[in-house]
Amino acid sequence: MSVDTATVKKIASLARIAMSDADAEAMVPELNNILGWIEQLGEVDTSQVQPMTAVIPNTLRLRDDVVTDGNVRDKVLANAPRAEHGFFAVPKVIE
Amino acid sequence: MSSTELTDLGIAAIRDGVRDGSFSAREVAQGFIDRVASAKALNAFLVETPDHALKAADAADAARVSGDLKSMSGVPIGMKDLFCTEGVTTTAASHILGNFVPTYESTVSANLWAAGAGMLGKLNLDQFAMGSSNETSAFGNVISPWRRKDGSNAPLAPGGSSGGSASAIAARLCPAATGTDTGGSIRQPAAFVGISGIKPTYGRCSRWGTVAFASSLDQAGPMARDVRDCAIMLGAMAGFDAKDSTSLELPVPDWDAGLSSNLKGKRIGIPKEYRVDGMPAEIDALWEQGIAFLKDAGAVVVEVSLPHTKYALPAYYIIAPAEASSNLARYDGVRYGLRDLPEGAGLQDMYAATRAAGFGPEVKRRIMIGTYVLSAGFYDAYYTQAQKVRTLISQDFDKAWESCDILLAPTAPSAAFALGEKQADPLAMYLNDVFTVPASLAGLPAMSVPGGLDGQGLPLGLQIIGKALDEQGVLNAGLAIEERAGFTARAAQWW
Repeated sequence: MSVDTATVKKIASLARIAMSDADAEAMVPELNNILGWIEQLGEVDTSQVQPMTAVIPNTLRLRDDVVTDGNVRDKVLANAPRAEHGFFAVPKVIE
Repeated sequence: MSSTELTDLGIAAIRDGVRDGSFSAREVAQGFIDRVASAKALNAFLVETPDHALKAADAADAARVSGDLKSMSGVPIGMKDLFCTEGVTTTAASHILGNFVPTYESTVSANLWAAGAGMLGKLNLDQFAMGSSNETSAFGNVISPWRRKDGSNAPLAPGGSSGGSASAIAARLCPAATGTDTGGSIRQPAAFVGISGIKPTYGRCSRWGTVAFASSLDQAGPMARDVRDCAIMLGAMAGFDAKDSTSLELPVPDWDAGLSSNLKGKRIGIPKEYRVDGMPAEIDALWEQGIAFLKDAGAVVVEVSLPHTKYALPAYYIIAPAEASSNLARYDGVRYGLRDLPEGAGLQDMYAATRAAGFGPEVKRRIMIGTYVLSAGFYDAYYTQAQKVRTLISQDFDKAWESCDILLAPTAPSAAFALGEKQADPLAMYLNDVFTVPASLAGLPAMSVPGGLDGQGLPLGLQIIGKALDEQGVLNAGLAIEERAGFTARAAQWW
Protein backbone atom coordinates (compact mmCIF):
# COMPACT_ATOMS: atom_id res chain seq x y z
CA MET A 1 0.00 0.00 0.00
CA SER A 2 1.23 3.47 -0.69
CA VAL A 3 0.08 6.94 0.17
CA ASP A 4 -0.43 10.03 -2.00
CA THR A 5 -0.54 13.70 -1.07
CA ALA A 6 -4.29 13.59 -0.38
CA THR A 7 -3.84 10.63 2.01
CA VAL A 8 -0.98 12.36 3.79
CA LYS A 9 -3.16 15.43 4.26
CA LYS A 10 -5.96 13.27 5.62
CA ILE A 11 -3.61 11.54 8.08
CA ALA A 12 -2.23 14.92 9.14
CA SER A 13 -5.75 16.10 9.78
CA LEU A 14 -6.55 12.97 11.84
CA ALA A 15 -3.33 13.55 13.79
CA ARG A 16 -4.19 17.26 14.23
CA ILE A 17 -0.95 18.47 12.70
CA ALA A 18 -1.24 21.50 10.44
CA MET A 19 0.60 20.77 7.20
CA SER A 20 1.13 22.84 4.08
CA ASP A 21 0.69 21.26 0.65
CA ALA A 22 4.45 21.43 0.13
CA ASP A 23 5.17 19.69 3.44
CA ALA A 24 2.60 17.00 2.68
CA GLU A 25 4.12 16.44 -0.73
CA ALA A 26 7.60 16.14 0.76
CA MET A 27 6.33 13.55 3.21
CA VAL A 28 4.87 11.25 0.55
CA PRO A 29 8.13 9.54 -0.52
CA GLU A 30 9.37 9.41 3.10
CA LEU A 31 6.27 7.62 4.32
CA ASN A 32 6.12 5.34 1.30
CA ASN A 33 9.71 4.32 1.85
CA ILE A 34 8.94 3.32 5.43
CA LEU A 35 5.56 1.76 4.64
CA GLY A 36 7.09 -0.25 1.80
CA TRP A 37 9.62 -1.63 4.22
CA ILE A 38 7.16 -2.60 6.96
CA GLU A 39 5.01 -4.27 4.32
CA GLN A 40 7.27 -7.34 4.56
CA LEU A 41 5.39 -8.34 7.72
CA GLY A 42 2.62 -9.50 5.41
CA GLU A 43 4.70 -12.52 4.39
CA VAL A 44 4.57 -14.01 7.91
CA ASP A 45 1.85 -16.61 8.38
CA THR A 46 0.04 -15.55 11.53
CA SER A 47 -3.23 -17.38 10.97
CA GLN A 48 -2.74 -19.46 14.14
CA VAL A 49 -1.25 -16.69 16.28
CA GLN A 50 -2.86 -14.45 18.88
CA PRO A 51 -1.78 -10.80 18.91
CA MET A 52 0.34 -9.96 21.93
CA THR A 53 -1.42 -8.04 24.67
CA ALA A 54 1.13 -8.20 27.52
CA VAL A 55 4.88 -8.78 27.20
CA ILE A 56 5.26 -10.08 30.74
CA PRO A 57 2.32 -12.02 32.19
CA ASN A 58 0.62 -9.72 34.66
CA THR A 59 -2.85 -9.33 36.06
CA LEU A 60 -4.69 -6.07 36.36
CA ARG A 61 -4.96 -5.18 40.01
CA LEU A 62 -8.07 -3.93 41.70
CA ARG A 63 -8.04 -1.60 44.65
CA ASP A 64 -10.69 -0.38 47.01
CA ASP A 65 -12.95 2.20 45.43
CA VAL A 66 -11.87 5.10 47.59
CA VAL A 67 -10.43 8.52 46.88
CA THR A 68 -6.61 8.36 47.09
CA ASP A 69 -5.61 11.52 45.33
CA GLY A 70 -6.90 14.91 44.25
CA ASN A 71 -7.52 18.33 45.71
CA VAL A 72 -4.58 19.68 43.75
CA ARG A 73 -6.41 22.00 41.35
CA ASP A 74 -3.75 24.67 41.38
CA LYS A 75 -1.00 22.14 40.69
CA VAL A 76 -2.99 20.74 37.79
CA LEU A 77 -3.47 24.21 36.33
CA ALA A 78 0.06 25.41 37.07
CA ASN A 79 1.37 24.64 33.57
CA ALA A 80 -1.72 25.58 31.58
CA PRO A 81 -1.02 28.04 28.75
CA ARG A 82 -4.22 29.76 29.92
CA ALA A 83 -6.30 29.12 33.00
CA GLU A 84 -9.34 31.14 34.13
CA HIS A 85 -11.52 30.83 37.21
CA GLY A 86 -9.94 27.49 38.10
CA PHE A 87 -10.44 25.98 34.66
CA PHE A 88 -8.40 25.42 31.50
CA ALA A 89 -9.25 28.18 29.05
CA VAL A 90 -9.64 27.51 25.32
CA PRO A 91 -10.89 29.55 22.36
CA LYS A 92 -14.66 29.78 22.06
CA VAL A 93 -16.07 26.48 20.79
CA ILE A 94 -19.81 27.27 20.55
CA GLU A 95 -21.01 30.43 18.86
CA MET B 1 42.09 13.22 46.57
CA SER B 2 42.11 15.81 43.84
CA SER B 3 38.91 16.87 42.19
CA THR B 4 39.90 15.05 38.96
CA GLU B 5 40.50 11.83 40.86
CA LEU B 6 37.10 12.15 42.51
CA THR B 7 35.33 12.57 39.17
CA ASP B 8 37.03 9.41 37.92
CA LEU B 9 35.14 7.40 40.53
CA GLY B 10 32.03 5.35 39.91
CA ILE B 11 29.00 4.75 42.13
CA ALA B 12 30.48 1.96 44.29
CA ALA B 13 33.75 3.83 44.83
CA ILE B 14 31.95 7.04 45.79
CA ARG B 15 29.59 5.18 48.10
CA ASP B 16 32.47 3.37 49.80
CA GLY B 17 34.68 6.46 50.02
CA VAL B 18 31.93 8.53 51.61
CA ARG B 19 31.21 5.68 54.02
CA ASP B 20 34.80 5.28 55.20
CA GLY B 21 35.47 9.03 55.26
CA SER B 22 38.14 9.11 52.50
CA PHE B 23 36.36 12.18 51.16
CA SER B 24 33.11 14.04 51.68
CA ALA B 25 30.08 13.74 49.45
CA ARG B 26 30.19 17.52 49.07
CA GLU B 27 33.69 17.37 47.54
CA VAL B 28 32.47 14.76 45.08
CA ALA B 29 29.38 16.74 44.12
CA GLN B 30 31.41 19.94 43.68
CA GLY B 31 33.93 18.12 41.50
CA PHE B 32 31.23 16.88 39.14
CA ILE B 33 29.38 20.23 39.17
CA ASP B 34 32.58 21.92 37.98
CA ARG B 35 33.09 19.34 35.25
CA VAL B 36 29.53 19.74 34.03
CA ALA B 37 29.96 23.50 33.91
CA SER B 38 33.12 23.22 31.82
CA ALA B 39 31.73 20.78 29.25
CA LYS B 40 29.13 22.90 27.43
CA ALA B 41 30.67 21.91 24.09
CA LEU B 42 29.21 18.41 24.48
CA ASN B 43 25.67 19.83 24.88
CA ALA B 44 24.86 16.90 27.16
CA PHE B 45 23.01 18.86 29.84
CA LEU B 46 19.87 20.87 29.12
CA VAL B 47 19.51 22.12 32.69
CA GLU B 48 22.10 22.15 35.46
CA THR B 49 20.91 21.67 39.03
CA PRO B 50 23.98 22.08 41.25
CA ASP B 51 21.84 22.93 44.29
CA HIS B 52 20.05 19.60 44.08
CA ALA B 53 23.35 17.72 43.97
CA LEU B 54 24.86 19.72 46.84
CA LYS B 55 21.78 19.28 49.03
CA ALA B 56 21.89 15.51 48.55
CA ALA B 57 25.64 15.55 49.23
CA ASP B 58 25.18 17.44 52.49
CA ALA B 59 22.47 14.98 53.49
CA ALA B 60 24.89 12.13 52.73
CA ASP B 61 27.65 13.70 54.81
CA ALA B 62 25.18 14.10 57.68
CA ALA B 63 23.97 10.52 57.21
CA ARG B 64 27.53 9.29 57.53
CA VAL B 65 27.77 10.88 60.94
CA SER B 66 24.45 9.43 62.04
CA GLY B 67 25.23 6.04 60.50
CA ASP B 68 22.27 6.26 58.14
CA LEU B 69 23.86 5.93 54.67
CA LYS B 70 21.80 4.46 51.86
CA SER B 71 22.75 2.60 48.68
CA MET B 72 23.47 5.75 46.66
CA SER B 73 24.18 8.30 49.37
CA GLY B 74 26.49 10.98 48.06
CA VAL B 75 26.31 9.88 44.43
CA PRO B 76 25.44 12.76 42.07
CA ILE B 77 23.79 11.55 38.87
CA GLY B 78 22.45 12.89 35.61
CA MET B 79 18.72 12.59 34.86
CA LYS B 80 17.54 11.99 31.33
CA ASP B 81 15.12 14.81 30.58
CA LEU B 82 12.29 12.36 30.03
CA PHE B 83 11.72 11.95 33.77
CA CYS B 84 9.47 14.50 35.41
CA THR B 85 11.30 16.28 38.21
CA GLU B 86 9.32 18.45 40.58
CA GLY B 87 10.14 22.12 40.14
CA VAL B 88 12.75 21.46 37.42
CA THR B 89 11.95 22.03 33.74
CA THR B 90 11.21 18.81 31.88
CA THR B 91 11.22 19.00 28.09
CA ALA B 92 11.65 15.55 26.48
CA ALA B 93 13.93 17.66 24.21
CA SER B 94 10.83 19.02 22.44
CA HIS B 95 9.51 22.53 21.99
CA ILE B 96 5.99 21.28 22.55
CA LEU B 97 6.60 20.90 26.27
CA GLY B 98 7.60 24.57 26.26
CA ASN B 99 8.67 25.56 29.73
CA PHE B 100 6.85 22.69 31.43
CA VAL B 101 7.77 22.51 35.11
CA PRO B 102 6.29 19.38 36.69
CA THR B 103 4.51 19.74 40.00
CA TYR B 104 5.30 16.12 40.78
CA GLU B 105 8.24 13.71 40.75
CA SER B 106 8.51 10.57 38.61
CA THR B 107 8.62 7.36 40.62
CA VAL B 108 12.06 6.40 39.28
CA SER B 109 13.65 9.74 40.19
CA ALA B 110 11.86 9.77 43.57
CA ASN B 111 13.27 6.29 44.26
CA LEU B 112 16.78 7.52 43.44
CA TRP B 113 16.48 10.53 45.75
CA ALA B 114 15.15 8.24 48.48
CA ALA B 115 18.28 6.10 47.99
CA GLY B 116 20.43 9.17 48.66
CA ALA B 117 21.39 10.21 45.11
CA GLY B 118 21.48 13.86 44.01
CA MET B 119 20.88 15.42 40.61
CA LEU B 120 23.52 17.30 38.61
CA GLY B 121 21.03 18.24 35.92
CA LYS B 122 18.71 17.13 33.14
CA LEU B 123 20.26 15.37 30.16
CA ASN B 124 19.64 15.97 26.48
CA LEU B 125 18.06 13.21 24.38
CA ASP B 126 16.39 12.53 21.08
CA GLN B 127 13.07 14.34 20.98
CA PHE B 128 10.54 12.19 22.88
CA ALA B 129 13.27 9.50 22.84
CA MET B 130 12.66 9.00 19.12
CA GLY B 131 16.04 8.57 17.48
CA SER B 132 19.30 6.67 17.53
CA SER B 133 21.81 9.52 17.31
CA ASN B 134 20.48 12.34 19.50
CA GLU B 135 20.03 14.45 16.36
CA THR B 136 16.26 14.88 16.80
CA SER B 137 16.58 16.98 19.97
CA ALA B 138 15.04 20.43 19.66
CA PHE B 139 17.98 21.75 21.66
CA GLY B 140 20.84 20.70 19.43
CA ASN B 141 22.96 17.61 18.96
CA VAL B 142 24.80 15.99 21.81
CA ILE B 143 28.42 15.43 20.84
CA SER B 144 30.22 12.25 21.80
CA PRO B 145 33.49 12.83 23.65
CA TRP B 146 35.05 10.18 21.39
CA ARG B 147 36.81 10.96 18.13
CA ARG B 148 38.12 8.75 15.37
CA LYS B 149 41.85 8.42 15.40
CA ASP B 150 42.12 9.33 11.71
CA GLY B 151 42.49 12.93 12.84
CA SER B 152 39.36 14.06 11.01
CA ASN B 153 37.82 15.36 14.24
CA ALA B 154 34.37 14.73 12.79
CA PRO B 155 31.86 15.13 15.61
CA LEU B 156 30.43 11.70 16.40
CA ALA B 157 26.95 10.70 17.52
CA PRO B 158 26.73 9.54 21.13
CA GLY B 159 23.89 7.24 20.06
CA GLY B 160 20.32 7.66 21.09
CA SER B 161 17.98 8.23 22.46
CA SER B 162 19.86 8.45 25.79
CA GLY B 163 22.70 10.35 24.09
CA GLY B 164 23.13 13.01 26.76
CA SER B 165 23.40 10.32 29.43
CA ALA B 166 25.99 8.41 27.40
CA SER B 167 28.12 11.42 26.52
CA ALA B 168 28.05 12.77 30.08
CA ILE B 169 29.15 9.49 31.64
CA ALA B 170 31.88 8.84 29.07
CA ALA B 171 33.22 12.38 29.58
CA ARG B 172 33.18 11.88 33.37
CA LEU B 173 30.61 14.63 33.90
CA CYS B 174 28.65 12.25 36.10
CA PRO B 175 29.37 8.75 37.42
CA ALA B 176 26.00 7.45 36.23
CA ALA B 177 22.73 8.57 34.70
CA THR B 178 19.23 7.36 34.07
CA GLY B 179 18.26 6.17 30.63
CA THR B 180 15.11 4.86 29.04
CA ASP B 181 14.99 2.11 26.47
CA THR B 182 12.10 1.58 24.04
CA GLY B 183 13.97 -0.15 21.23
CA GLY B 184 17.60 0.14 22.32
CA SER B 185 17.91 3.66 23.72
CA ILE B 186 20.03 2.60 26.70
CA ARG B 187 22.08 -0.14 25.05
CA GLN B 188 23.06 1.45 21.72
CA PRO B 189 24.35 4.74 23.22
CA ALA B 190 26.15 2.78 25.96
CA ALA B 191 27.90 0.78 23.23
CA PHE B 192 28.77 3.92 21.23
CA VAL B 193 30.61 5.57 24.12
CA GLY B 194 32.15 2.57 25.89
CA ILE B 195 30.00 2.38 29.04
CA SER B 196 27.52 -0.13 30.50
CA GLY B 197 23.75 0.09 30.56
CA ILE B 198 20.91 -2.27 31.34
CA LYS B 199 17.28 -2.28 30.33
CA PRO B 200 15.53 -4.40 32.96
CA THR B 201 12.53 -6.65 32.41
CA TYR B 202 9.46 -4.68 31.32
CA GLY B 203 7.65 -3.67 34.51
CA ARG B 204 10.65 -3.61 36.87
CA CYS B 205 10.87 0.18 36.83
CA SER B 206 7.72 2.24 37.13
CA ARG B 207 6.78 4.29 34.09
CA TRP B 208 4.84 6.77 36.23
CA GLY B 209 6.02 10.32 35.65
CA THR B 210 8.19 9.35 32.68
CA VAL B 211 7.17 11.09 29.45
CA ALA B 212 5.58 8.29 27.43
CA PHE B 213 6.78 7.22 23.98
CA ALA B 214 5.53 3.64 23.42
CA SER B 215 4.02 2.38 26.64
CA SER B 216 4.27 -1.37 26.00
CA LEU B 217 8.02 -1.00 25.35
CA ASP B 218 9.29 1.90 27.49
CA GLN B 219 11.55 0.83 30.37
CA ALA B 220 13.89 2.92 32.48
CA GLY B 221 17.32 1.66 33.43
CA PRO B 222 20.74 2.78 34.63
CA MET B 223 23.76 3.77 32.57
CA ALA B 224 27.13 3.76 34.31
CA ARG B 225 30.78 2.97 33.79
CA ASP B 226 30.69 -0.63 34.99
CA VAL B 227 28.43 -3.55 35.73
CA ARG B 228 28.47 -3.25 39.51
CA ASP B 229 27.41 0.39 39.32
CA CYS B 230 24.53 -0.62 37.05
CA ALA B 231 23.49 -3.28 39.58
CA ILE B 232 23.52 -0.80 42.47
CA MET B 233 21.62 1.88 40.58
CA LEU B 234 19.04 -0.49 39.10
CA GLY B 235 18.33 -1.67 42.64
CA ALA B 236 17.59 1.92 43.61
CA MET B 237 15.39 2.62 40.56
CA ALA B 238 13.29 -0.54 40.45
CA GLY B 239 10.31 -1.57 42.54
CA PHE B 240 6.57 -2.02 42.53
CA ASP B 241 4.50 1.10 42.00
CA ALA B 242 0.72 1.06 42.33
CA LYS B 243 0.59 4.12 40.03
CA ASP B 244 1.76 2.08 37.00
CA SER B 245 -0.71 -0.66 36.03
CA THR B 246 2.07 -2.65 34.31
CA SER B 247 4.46 -2.43 37.27
CA LEU B 248 5.55 -5.88 38.49
CA GLU B 249 4.48 -6.62 42.04
CA LEU B 250 7.69 -8.43 42.94
CA PRO B 251 10.48 -7.85 45.45
CA VAL B 252 13.64 -6.19 44.09
CA PRO B 253 16.57 -8.63 44.33
CA ASP B 254 19.90 -7.40 45.72
CA TRP B 255 21.65 -7.54 42.35
CA ASP B 256 24.84 -5.99 43.72
CA ALA B 257 25.21 -8.68 46.39
CA GLY B 258 24.36 -11.37 43.84
CA LEU B 259 27.10 -10.43 41.35
CA SER B 260 29.33 -13.32 40.32
CA SER B 261 31.40 -13.73 37.19
CA ASN B 262 31.62 -17.49 37.57
CA LEU B 263 29.43 -18.81 34.76
CA LYS B 264 30.04 -22.51 35.38
CA GLY B 265 26.98 -24.46 34.31
CA LYS B 266 25.51 -21.55 32.33
CA ARG B 267 24.57 -22.07 28.69
CA ILE B 268 25.17 -19.12 26.38
CA GLY B 269 23.07 -19.03 23.24
CA ILE B 270 24.42 -17.50 20.05
CA PRO B 271 21.48 -16.51 17.84
CA LYS B 272 22.47 -17.37 14.30
CA GLU B 273 20.00 -14.91 12.74
CA TYR B 274 21.98 -12.03 14.23
CA ARG B 275 24.77 -12.72 11.74
CA VAL B 276 23.30 -10.25 9.30
CA ASP B 277 24.54 -9.60 5.79
CA GLY B 278 27.18 -6.93 5.55
CA MET B 279 28.09 -7.03 9.23
CA PRO B 280 31.51 -5.37 9.62
CA ALA B 281 34.32 -7.85 10.27
CA GLU B 282 35.25 -5.97 13.42
CA ILE B 283 31.79 -6.54 14.90
CA ASP B 284 32.00 -10.21 14.05
CA ALA B 285 35.47 -10.45 15.62
CA LEU B 286 34.20 -8.72 18.76
CA TRP B 287 31.36 -11.21 19.00
CA GLU B 288 33.82 -14.13 18.72
CA GLN B 289 35.93 -12.49 21.41
CA GLY B 290 32.85 -12.24 23.64
CA ILE B 291 32.11 -15.91 23.12
CA ALA B 292 35.69 -16.74 24.14
CA PHE B 293 35.35 -14.56 27.28
CA LEU B 294 32.20 -16.37 28.38
CA LYS B 295 33.70 -19.80 27.72
CA ASP B 296 36.67 -18.77 29.80
CA ALA B 297 34.23 -17.86 32.60
CA GLY B 298 32.96 -21.43 32.57
CA ALA B 299 29.94 -21.18 30.29
CA VAL B 300 28.96 -23.61 27.58
CA VAL B 301 28.20 -22.05 24.21
CA VAL B 302 25.35 -23.29 22.01
CA GLU B 303 23.96 -22.01 18.74
CA VAL B 304 20.26 -21.12 18.86
CA SER B 305 17.74 -19.93 16.31
CA LEU B 306 15.40 -16.95 16.61
CA PRO B 307 13.70 -17.39 13.23
CA HIS B 308 11.54 -14.26 13.27
CA THR B 309 14.41 -11.85 14.01
CA LYS B 310 14.23 -10.15 10.61
CA TYR B 311 10.63 -9.13 11.28
CA ALA B 312 11.36 -7.52 14.65
CA LEU B 313 12.37 -4.14 13.26
CA PRO B 314 9.41 -3.67 10.90
CA ALA B 315 7.03 -4.84 13.65
CA TYR B 316 8.63 -2.35 16.03
CA TYR B 317 8.21 0.47 13.53
CA ILE B 318 4.47 -0.22 13.47
CA ILE B 319 3.91 -0.80 17.17
CA ALA B 320 6.08 2.01 18.54
CA PRO B 321 4.68 4.75 16.24
CA ALA B 322 1.13 3.47 16.82
CA GLU B 323 1.52 3.80 20.57
CA ALA B 324 3.34 7.11 20.17
CA SER B 325 0.56 8.60 18.03
CA SER B 326 -1.88 7.73 20.79
CA ASN B 327 0.34 8.85 23.68
CA LEU B 328 1.32 12.14 22.05
CA ALA B 329 -2.32 13.08 21.43
CA ARG B 330 -2.14 14.69 24.86
CA TYR B 331 -0.04 17.59 23.54
CA ASP B 332 -2.89 19.81 22.48
CA GLY B 333 -1.97 23.23 23.82
CA VAL B 334 -4.67 23.10 26.49
CA ARG B 335 -3.28 21.68 29.72
CA TYR B 336 0.46 22.24 29.57
CA GLY B 337 3.26 23.04 27.20
CA LEU B 338 3.21 25.12 24.07
CA ARG B 339 0.07 26.79 22.69
CA ASP B 340 0.00 28.27 19.21
CA LEU B 341 -3.22 30.20 18.70
CA PRO B 342 -3.27 31.92 15.32
CA GLU B 343 -5.35 35.11 15.09
CA GLY B 344 -9.03 34.23 15.02
CA ALA B 345 -8.39 30.47 15.22
CA GLY B 346 -10.85 28.02 16.75
CA LEU B 347 -10.10 25.05 18.96
CA GLN B 348 -9.32 22.56 16.17
CA ASP B 349 -7.02 25.07 14.45
CA MET B 350 -5.27 25.66 17.75
CA TYR B 351 -4.58 21.95 18.18
CA ALA B 352 -3.17 21.62 14.66
CA ALA B 353 -1.10 24.79 14.83
CA THR B 354 0.29 23.91 18.26
CA ARG B 355 1.33 20.43 17.18
CA ALA B 356 2.81 21.67 13.89
CA ALA B 357 4.90 24.24 15.75
CA GLY B 358 5.87 22.06 18.70
CA PHE B 359 6.85 18.66 17.31
CA GLY B 360 10.09 18.08 15.41
CA PRO B 361 10.21 16.35 12.00
CA GLU B 362 10.98 12.82 13.29
CA VAL B 363 8.23 13.01 15.90
CA LYS B 364 5.76 14.16 13.25
CA ARG B 365 6.88 11.37 10.96
CA ARG B 366 6.22 8.76 13.64
CA ILE B 367 2.87 10.25 14.65
CA MET B 368 1.87 10.17 10.98
CA ILE B 369 2.91 6.52 10.56
CA GLY B 370 1.18 5.59 13.80
CA THR B 371 -2.00 7.40 12.82
CA TYR B 372 -1.97 5.73 9.41
CA VAL B 373 -1.47 2.16 10.68
CA LEU B 374 -4.23 2.64 13.26
CA SER B 375 -6.69 4.27 10.85
CA ALA B 376 -9.90 2.57 9.75
CA GLY B 377 -9.29 -0.13 7.16
CA PHE B 378 -5.57 -0.52 7.90
CA TYR B 379 -5.61 -1.48 11.58
CA ASP B 380 -5.68 -5.25 11.06
CA ALA B 381 -3.25 -5.33 8.16
CA TYR B 382 -0.62 -3.35 10.05
CA TYR B 383 -1.17 -3.13 13.80
CA THR B 384 -2.82 -6.48 14.52
CA GLN B 385 -0.37 -8.23 12.21
CA ALA B 386 2.56 -6.55 13.99
CA GLN B 387 1.24 -7.62 17.40
CA LYS B 388 0.93 -11.19 16.09
CA VAL B 389 4.51 -11.09 14.82
CA ARG B 390 5.47 -9.78 18.25
CA THR B 391 3.95 -12.93 19.76
CA LEU B 392 6.08 -15.03 17.39
CA ILE B 393 9.23 -13.11 18.33
CA SER B 394 8.49 -13.65 22.00
CA GLN B 395 7.90 -17.37 21.34
CA ASP B 396 11.26 -17.56 19.55
CA PHE B 397 12.92 -16.47 22.79
CA ASP B 398 10.85 -18.93 24.87
CA LYS B 399 12.05 -21.70 22.61
CA ALA B 400 15.67 -20.56 22.84
CA TRP B 401 15.48 -20.69 26.64
CA GLU B 402 14.94 -24.44 26.37
CA SER B 403 18.56 -24.81 25.33
CA CYS B 404 20.30 -21.77 26.84
CA ASP B 405 20.20 -19.38 29.82
CA ILE B 406 21.33 -16.14 28.23
CA LEU B 407 22.03 -14.84 24.73
CA LEU B 408 25.11 -13.02 23.48
CA ALA B 409 25.09 -10.72 20.46
CA PRO B 410 26.58 -7.42 19.34
CA THR B 411 24.74 -4.34 20.62
CA ALA B 412 24.83 -2.37 17.38
CA PRO B 413 25.80 -3.15 13.78
CA SER B 414 28.54 -0.51 13.75
CA ALA B 415 30.60 1.78 15.93
CA ALA B 416 29.46 5.38 16.43
CA PHE B 417 28.78 7.18 13.16
CA ALA B 418 29.40 10.83 12.45
CA LEU B 419 26.66 13.36 13.10
CA GLY B 420 24.72 13.97 9.89
CA GLU B 421 25.87 10.73 8.32
CA LYS B 422 22.54 8.92 8.54
CA GLN B 423 20.19 11.82 9.04
CA ALA B 424 18.95 12.03 5.46
CA ASP B 425 17.58 8.49 5.45
CA PRO B 426 15.21 7.61 8.32
CA LEU B 427 15.30 3.94 7.35
CA ALA B 428 19.10 3.70 7.58
CA MET B 429 18.82 5.22 11.04
CA TYR B 430 16.11 2.73 12.09
CA LEU B 431 18.35 -0.18 11.03
CA ASN B 432 20.79 0.77 13.79
CA ASP B 433 18.38 -0.83 16.27
CA VAL B 434 18.37 -4.21 14.54
CA PHE B 435 20.02 -6.09 17.42
CA THR B 436 18.32 -4.30 20.31
CA VAL B 437 14.67 -4.22 19.22
CA PRO B 438 13.85 -7.95 19.53
CA ALA B 439 14.50 -8.04 23.31
CA SER B 440 12.41 -4.87 23.68
CA LEU B 441 9.47 -6.44 21.86
CA ALA B 442 9.67 -9.44 24.20
CA GLY B 443 10.12 -7.29 27.33
CA LEU B 444 13.36 -9.08 28.26
CA PRO B 445 16.25 -7.72 30.33
CA ALA B 446 19.21 -6.80 28.13
CA MET B 447 22.51 -5.07 28.73
CA SER B 448 25.39 -3.61 26.78
CA VAL B 449 28.95 -3.76 28.08
CA PRO B 450 32.10 -2.47 26.36
CA GLY B 451 33.92 -5.23 24.48
CA GLY B 452 36.80 -3.41 22.81
CA LEU B 453 37.74 -0.77 20.25
CA ASP B 454 37.44 -0.79 16.48
CA GLY B 455 40.18 0.17 14.02
CA GLN B 456 39.31 3.86 14.47
CA GLY B 457 39.73 3.58 18.23
CA LEU B 458 35.99 3.74 18.88
CA PRO B 459 34.19 1.59 21.47
CA LEU B 460 32.13 -1.45 20.50
CA GLY B 461 29.53 -3.05 22.75
CA LEU B 462 28.44 -6.60 23.45
CA GLN B 463 24.83 -7.29 24.30
CA ILE B 464 23.55 -9.85 26.78
CA ILE B 465 19.87 -10.77 26.71
CA GLY B 466 18.30 -12.73 29.56
CA LYS B 467 15.10 -14.47 30.51
CA ALA B 468 12.32 -12.35 31.97
CA LEU B 469 13.24 -11.32 35.53
CA ASP B 470 16.78 -12.71 35.24
CA GLU B 471 18.61 -9.39 35.50
CA GLN B 472 21.09 -11.21 37.73
CA GLY B 473 22.07 -13.62 34.98
CA VAL B 474 22.51 -10.72 32.57
CA LEU B 475 24.60 -8.69 35.02
CA ASN B 476 26.76 -11.70 35.87
CA ALA B 477 27.55 -12.43 32.23
CA GLY B 478 28.24 -8.72 31.79
CA LEU B 479 30.67 -8.85 34.69
CA ALA B 480 32.43 -11.89 33.22
CA ILE B 481 32.97 -9.98 29.97
CA GLU B 482 33.99 -6.81 31.79
CA GLU B 483 36.66 -8.61 33.83
CA ARG B 484 38.14 -10.18 30.72
CA ALA B 485 37.81 -7.29 28.28
CA GLY B 486 39.73 -5.01 30.65
CA PHE B 487 38.21 -2.00 28.91
CA THR B 488 40.02 1.07 30.23
CA ALA B 489 40.07 3.23 27.11
CA ARG B 490 38.59 6.70 27.47
CA ALA B 491 38.10 9.67 25.24
CA ALA B 492 40.90 12.23 25.32
CA GLN B 493 39.58 15.53 26.63
CA TRP B 494 39.15 18.12 23.85
CA TRP B 495 36.09 19.97 25.12
